[in-house]
Amino acid sequence: MIASSAETQALRVARRGIWISAVAFLGLAAVVVLALAFTPVEARQGLAQKIFYLHVPAAWAALLAFSLVGITSALYLWLKDPRLDRFAAASAEVGVVFSAVMLTTGPIWAKPIWGTWWTWDARLTLTLFVFFLFIGYLALRAAVHDTAERARFSAVVGILGMLLVPFVHLSVYLFRTLHPQPIVLKPSAPSLPAEMLTTLLVSTLVFTVLYVGLVTARYGLALADEAREEARDAA
Amino acid sequence: MHSSRDTTGYSVRSFFQLALVIAAKDVRAELRSRTALQSALVFAALVLVVFNFARDPTALSATELAPSVLWVTFALAAMVALNRAFMVERENAAMDGLLLAPIPREALFLGKLLANLAFVGTVEAVTIPLFVLFFNVNLGRALPGLLSVTALATLGFVAVGTIFSAMAVRTRFAELMLPVLLLPFMVPPLIAAVQVTSRLLANRPLSEMWGWLRLLALYDIVFVTLCMMIFSAVVDE
Repeated sequence: MIASSAETQALRVARRGIWISAVAFLGLAAVVVLALAFTPVEARQGLAQKIFYLHVPAAWAALLAFSLVGITSALYLWLKDPRLDRFAAASAEVGVVFSAVMLTTGPIWAKPIWGTWWTWDARLTLTLFVFFLFIGYLALRAAVHDTAERARFSAVVGILGMLLVPFVHLSVYLFRTLHPQPIVLKPSAPSLPAEMLTTLLVSTLVFTVLYVGLVTARYGLALADEAREEARDAA
Repeated sequence: MHSSRDTTGYSVRSFFQLALVIAAKDVRAELRSRTALQSALVFAALVLVVFNFARDPTALSATELAPSVLWVTFALAAMVALNRAFMVERENAAMDGLLLAPIPREALFLGKLLANLAFVGTVEAVTIPLFVLFFNVNLGRALPGLLSVTALATLGFVAVGTIFSAMAVRTRFAELMLPVLLLPFMVPPLIAAVQVTSRLLANRPLSEMWGWLRLLALYDIVFVTLCMMIFSAVVDE
């Protein structure tokens, strides 16, 4: 089967995304080296604290993905631009991966430090819900055949999901919370030694680039899928 | 959103009248067949029975578990009710007829919401006496409070459930899609409702429930408004 020019163009977008992701993976290797060799060992938590440099940036990328799904969903219902829907879908898929990283690295750290794999703390519950909402969003997309209907339905879930998260946080917060308090994004200056902060910021940057790369790749593949289907319908 | 019709000329009064017409249609249809309501009532009673045997009576007293049992039962019964809410509109393409009627989508949503609330409310009204009976709960002065918190919590998750139900019937695996989408949205109202219920049953003062009640009210305002606004995106091509 000969690829149409639209499909070739879409695949070029996907390839660009894969390249960006490859660069991010190299950056990830650098983060591991940076975290293990050039960042001091935390006095009380020891080596277990190293996971912080993966866990926090993964959480950042997951929440970034989630917010962008919500925002592009709202914009889609307003502008009805299929690009917004395609972006939201790509962002949700990539978000699932980052949420999974966050939800696996968290318990690995929590077991030696808190003495338990899991606790129903406000932020843990919130991130678990983000994960569930992503899954529900993607399950819905898989279950609707018509493209326009799928876009409208998933946009509704995206918007409602974005509004649900503060309620989950608020309701679980009224239970006592165990999670470490914010140490970087807080009103006073970050209370982290300079080397640790640098590693964290580098890692956050790497994860953001990885997010951009994966979403671009996924977006391009979705575009190629559509182009192929269109070409088949035309034939 | 629905450009083919001008719906701005409706007065507030006729808006609510239209919503009531839709709700009355659903209630009438339900009262004529009664199969769904009867099944939902039996279902709720069975959930209560199952819960009673799912606990170790030597380890956990019935009253300690009572608030959670009550709310999980309500949530499951609401799920059954919501699954059928738009299923009935699929027969004979009734949904197309509804959409062709000159009714603003917001009124259509409100009508469906009211009908679902009537359905779920009936199930809850029957479940509460059974709950008192099976779990040996002394409601006493807690009854008005329990009814209020039930109304507050039910309104919120039934509003979200109504919009998801309209979507789920148009997907494959509709019966599975609704719980997967709706259960996360049930959690905040359920947490608040369980907390308030256990304080009510322990005769605690209102000040201890105030935060939770405000959370429930906020949830209702946000999600009822938003679902009403967004409903046309679900039904209009």
